[in-house]
Order: sequence, then structure tokens, then C-alpha cells
Amino acid sequence: MAINWFKYSAPTAFYGLAGKLVPWFAWSSAILFAIGLYISFFVAPTDATQSEAYRIMFIHVPTSILSMFIYLVMAFYAAVGLVFNTRLSSMMATALAPTGALFAFISLWTGAMWGKPMWGAWWVWDARLTSELILLFLYFGFIALHASIDDPRRADRAAALLAIVGSVNVPIIYFSVKWWNTLHQGSTIKFSGTSMHIAMQQALFTMLLACWTYSVAISLLRVRSIVLERERNTQWVAELEEVRS
Amino acid sequence: MSEFFAMNGYAFYIWGSYGLALLIFIVEIAMVRHKRKITLQQLRLMRDAGEEGQA
Repeated sequence: MAINWFKYSAPTAFYGLAGKLVPWFAWSSAILFAIGLYISFFVAPTDATQSEAYRIMFIHVPTSILSMFIYLVMAFYAAVGLVFNTRLSSMMATALAPTGALFAFISLWTGAMWGKPMWGAWWVWDARLTSELILLFLYFGFIALHASIDDPRRADRAAALLAIVGSVNVPIIYFSVKWWNTLHQGSTIKFSGTSMHIAMQQALFTMLLACWTYSVAISLLRVRSIVLERERNTQWVAELEEVRS
Repeated sequence: MSEFFAMNGYAFYIWGSYGLALLIFIVEIAMVRHKRKITLQQLRLMRDAGEEGQA
């Protein structure tokens, strides 16, 4: 049997599907955060050189990875919306931007809280830190540009261009620790393996999954409001249970 | 217990990191839920205005 993948690209079908998915992702996230935090604070051993301070890693690394990943997903949706003129893709891009910006902010904040005790400085103009700051500004630019254009379809197209051009920054962040001499350390987990303690890897991976499921749940919840707002003049919105009651 | 919260002298940095992340998640969830409430309210207002126009 052929699956009609395009069925959910229509806002009508997607709105219902997103509503069903939100609780699953939200509860998965809550459970994963509980497990992840437990391993982070009670199972993972104290670090030999950084003592307890290294535990900031379990929130810093997952939020940093997601701030970059969400940007690429956002740029992808924006590009699809631009090329195929699909409204829903653009709505998804708009829904992802605030969550991505918040992850970028958490990444910078926790980085400062880690940098102060380990490097002796809250902030340095190092390539990794600077490019992550630019990522935060790109998110702000995307949100502000979209909000400043009244016609939503034109706003989608203008913001999409910004998102696509800005995506060049993501590999710069990722490779910055290799390309330049940075104070920021390189990755400890490589494709060739890692020297990291197994409990630390488990904590990191669980927290990454927790942050990912969180971002899916919150973006789906946000996109539902955007769909309603932008489809407000259609029959199917008027016939929705939550609108009629 | 107090030894756990002291984090060997790094309490400020560790709880400052996790605390802010938690705060951001709580505020974001509240804002997104509020936005849904407002959107639904506006849709109902629009519908009521439309019905009056027809009558």
C-alpha cells in the first residue's frame, strides 16, 4: 500500500497530527530529563581535573548541538517553503526559530558559567564562542524580519533567504575548534571513539534526547497556533471542536 | 545533602546553569500555552462577530 506522504503537508491534516504527537514528545522529554539529570548528578563520577564543574557539560553540550541542529532544520523548512511554495513548511520554520534562539542563549549562558571557573573569564572572543553568538543573532534576525513584514507569504520568503544564507554559519561553528586555535576545547567524542567515562556518555546522550524531544513538543505546540492564526478564514478552522465550543 | 548542593565550591556556576535552563523552559512552555489560548479566543471572537453580521 502506498502511503500518501503529502497528506500531512496540508495544514488541515497536520494540525490534527501535531495535536496527537505533542503529549507523546512532551512526556518522553519529561522522563528523559528525569533519567538524564539523575545520571548527570548521581551516577557520573567527579572529573579528575575539573571536579564537579564539568557537570555543566550535560546541559551545555546538548543545548549547543540542538541550537545548531534546529537552525539547519529551520533553514531546510524555510527553503522547502521558498522553492515549493508550501505554506506549512514556512510555518514550521517560524515555529522553530524561538526555540532555537533559546537553545543558543542557554548554550552561551552555560558556556559563560563554565568558562568563568575554568578559564577565569565569562567571555572571550574565541572563534567558537563568537560564531555561536552570531547564530543567536541570526535567529533574532529571522524572527524580527518575519515579524516586520505584514503579508505572511512575503515574510516567509524574505526570512527564508536570511535562514538559507545564514546556514553557512553552522559548519563554521562546528569546525571552528579545528580551523582556529581556540580556547574552547575540541570534541571529546569522535567517530574514532572516546576516552569519556561511560556514565558521562550516557548522561550526555540522554540529555540530548531529552532536549530534542522537548524542542519537537514545544515547536509542534507553537506551530498549531500559527496554523490557526494563518488559516483563520478557512472553513476547516471554523469547524474545529476547540473553536466551536 | 548540603555537600551535594555545595558541588565542591562550584554551586553558583552549576545551579546558575541548570537554573537558567529550567527557567527558560518554564517560561517558554507558559508563553506557548498562553499563545494557544489567545489564538482560540480570537477565533471565537471572529466567529461571533461574523454571526452577528449575518443576522
